[in-house]
Amino acid sequence: MSVWLVLTAIALTATSGLPGLLCPRETRAFERLCTALLTLGAACAAASSVGALARRGGAALSAPWPVPGGHLAVEVDALAAVFVLQIAVLTALGAWYGLGYWPQRERAANGRKLRAFYGVVTAGMLLLTVARSAVLFLVGWESMALAAFVLVSTEDERPEVREVGYLYLLSTRFATLCLFAMFALLGAASGTLDLRGWGAAMASPARDAIFALGLCGFGLKAGVMPLHVWLPGAHANAPSHVSAVMSGVLIKTGVYGLVRLTAACAAPPPWWGYALVALGVLSAVLGVGFALAQHDLKRLLAYHSVENIGIILLGLGVAVLGRSTGHPALVALGLAGALLHVWNHGLFKALLFLSAGAVLYATGTRELDRLGGLWRAMPRTGLAFLVGSVAICGLPPLNGLVSELLVYLGLFRLGSGGRGPWLAGALAAPALALAGALALACFVKVFGVVFLGSPRSSAAEGAREAGPLLLLPMALLAGGCAVVGLGAPLLAPALDAAVRAWAPEVSAPTLARVAPLGPVSAASAALLAALAFAAALLGPLIRAAPRAQGTWDCGYAAPTARMQYTASSFAELLVGLFAWALRPTEQLPSLQGPFPTRASYHSHVPDAVLDRVLRPVFELIYRVFESLRPIHRGSIHLYILYILGTLVALLFWR
Amino acid sequence: MSSAVDPLLVLVLLMNFLPLGTSRLRAAINATALQGVLLGVLTVLVHGGLAPRPALVAASVVAIKGAFIPWLLHRALRDASIRRETEPYVSFVASLLLGALALGAAVLFTDRLPLAPEHRGSLLVPASLATVLTGFLLLCTRRKAITQVVGYLVLENGVFIMGLTLHDAMPSLVEVGVLLDLLVATFVIGIVIGHLNRALASQDVASLDALKE
Repeated sequence: MSVWLVLTAIALTATSGLPGLLCPRETRAFERLCTALLTLGAACAAASSVGALARRGGAALSAPWPVPGGHLAVEVDALAAVFVLQIAVLTALGAWYGLGYWPQRERAANGRKLRAFYGVVTAGMLLLTVARSAVLFLVGWESMALAAFVLVSTEDERPEVREVGYLYLLSTRFATLCLFAMFALLGAASGTLDLRGWGAAMASPARDAIFALGLCGFGLKAGVMPLHVWLPGAHANAPSHVSAVMSGVLIKTGVYGLVRLTAACAAPPPWWGYALVALGVLSAVLGVGFALAQHDLKRLLAYHSVENIGIILLGLGVAVLGRSTGHPALVALGLAGALLHVWNHGLFKALLFLSAGAVLYATGTRELDRLGGLWRAMPRTGLAFLVGSVAICGLPPLNGLVSELLVYLGLFRLGSGGRGPWLAGALAAPALALAGALALACFVKVFGVVFLGSPRSSAAEGAREAGPLLLLPMALLAGGCAVVGLGAPLLAPALDAAVRAWAPEVSAPTLARVAPLGPVSAASAALLAALAFAAALLGPLIRAAPRAQGTWDCGYAAPTARMQYTASSFAELLVGLFAWALRPTEQLPSLQGPFPTRASYHSHVPDAVLDRVLRPVFELIYRVFESLRPIHRGSIHLYILYILGTLVALLFWR
Repeated sequence: MSSAVDPLLVLVLLMNFLPLGTSRLRAAINATALQGVLLGVLTVLVHGGLAPRPALVAASVVAIKGAFIPWLLHRALRDASIRRETEPYVSFVASLLLGALALGAAVLFTDRLPLAPEHRGSLLVPASLATVLTGFLLLCTRRKAITQVVGYLVLENGVFIMGLTLHDAMPSLVEVGVLLDLLVATFVIGIVIGHLNRALASQDVASLDALKE
């Protein structure tokens, strides 16, 4: 039943955009039909995954398929169900948001294309999570990756969108190349292309190469730190609901791949765990470091995705280390923390991207230093953004706290006792704390600059509250953050089922026994109640207070709205601390004499890996191949002569 | 395998030299036509008898390579009103010498190949290699589009002879398929010739260099 539901969901979502393609571009009714079809498909998928999580057993289906090395094998086990549920919820909410954010009457040029490929991305993600044969997995993976390219380059009339689209395409091609090599090695070592038969391959000497290739391919999609180059630009330039889906679920398919790959290995070598923990620390700390230095609202959020993927990898690394050293509690804490953070990050990052989209819709700019004072014009959007910020910083009473707590507990357990790989835990826990503190600083900056103060531009001044179609998905996501935060003990059985599916041979303890989920949720509820009480108490006072009050203006005769803390000035100290990695570039103004003339200040933080490593390397490669240009003369006779020469040389070789 | 195979292959090899050594296009086309007919006969001889499938392949080879394509080419010649290949990149005498060198190289190389025992004494493999090399020579050194087609046909004939050595392993369907490819390719090149004629008022393939990016 679960399997048929999820297959129905794949068929419905894949075809959900077709009505739009069949309608003329003036009609508007199709967008509701597309969204309805997609929602129906998502509901099927959600029902299937809830069934699989509640029943604690997988449902499988196999059928022959006349493709070389292929058979149709589909299974919904607890591990897949975790991801299917998230894909279903977030893509449906994103599609509703899209009705208000990208309506056909305003976006006639690309609205139909966007909806068609949005459905294909959804179907591809669902397919790859439930596929159990390598060929089927790759079919899903490729439909997702290539359709996402179309989504990223929706506004392909803008040159910067074309550039990031091309970069994304290059990255995803490279990721697929790694995956092809990985599947080939796996198939050769285990003799089957069925994902369930790969335990055998994990005992062969090829397993380290397999893991390295998987780490590269899946890590590229997930946006792990040195491989994240495509991510900030793509997230920033896609339509906001697409950014939400990409950041919320699409990059999680990379995590899913890593989880599925490590699940196959009953006794992983410890270095797998160390590698995951090290990459997790790197992504978490530098991701938030780069985020601090951004001036672009959506780009900043994109770098936070890198940070959160780092936290997820930390959890997965703890679980792998626990499995390789035989500590069941580590497996339970690490994997449950990673998977819960996958859910949580999906919820709060989608919420943040959707509210950032509402800001963009209302003001037309993503530049932080053009915004300001939006709390008065858009209080509901501001509240949604605030909820997302609190959640992403891991503060009580919301969901980020719970999953980060699980990862922390795993790291503490790993680090204490002085046995086995304790050093990894002892070093990673403070790094995670550092990343958390920096994230808090970063969101104080964003929220302060965007919503508080006074408007820095006329665009921010004229902003109006977003419509109900935009606010409803945001409200649901904010509610989801609160529900996961307060009801964490209720989710524990589902996570336990996923942990058992990941490591069936380890008798992992239930979460309720190793983590104080109940007390945490109770404390969160108490905090929420206290907040509500304080609000009720202070509300009348706040409403009675005068609305507009001038602040002390340091004696300036005519201060302007631009004389507020900017995004750069707020983060200047912290960016300076990380200058060794961020390499900020600054153009300082030169002020001379008692009456200096007009001057300007400009600061910019390029992506270190993209602009300082990859670009020079590719330019070098380009120059090397440029030297081959003389042999390309355009003469047919010469080309045939090359072929003849090659043929004769091959005939007489040896 | 019949004893008549080797003499026929010698004839095929002789036909290779005609397009290399002559400037008259009609003669070059006729030489490939004759080569096509010889290949048809060879198919029957090598397959050893008139079984229905080899006979069908042989008949279509003769019809297409021996009659239909040469007819197309003769018509193209008439329409473009040209008779001779002028100013080849390599002179006709030098081309003949190169052709002889190619034949020698083919024989030398055959000795180094790990062949199946039944092909050891036969001329099939060297004839095939020499014909392929001749086709390449024609393609590299001639300028007229028609001679390019002739070179392509000779090259394909060489590939076909190589296919004859595999008569047990390869189903006739493959040979018929290759034949179809050849026909389509000739059509395409014919269209290209027409466009060349109209657009550039010449049949010189070198004028395509202007298409370089």
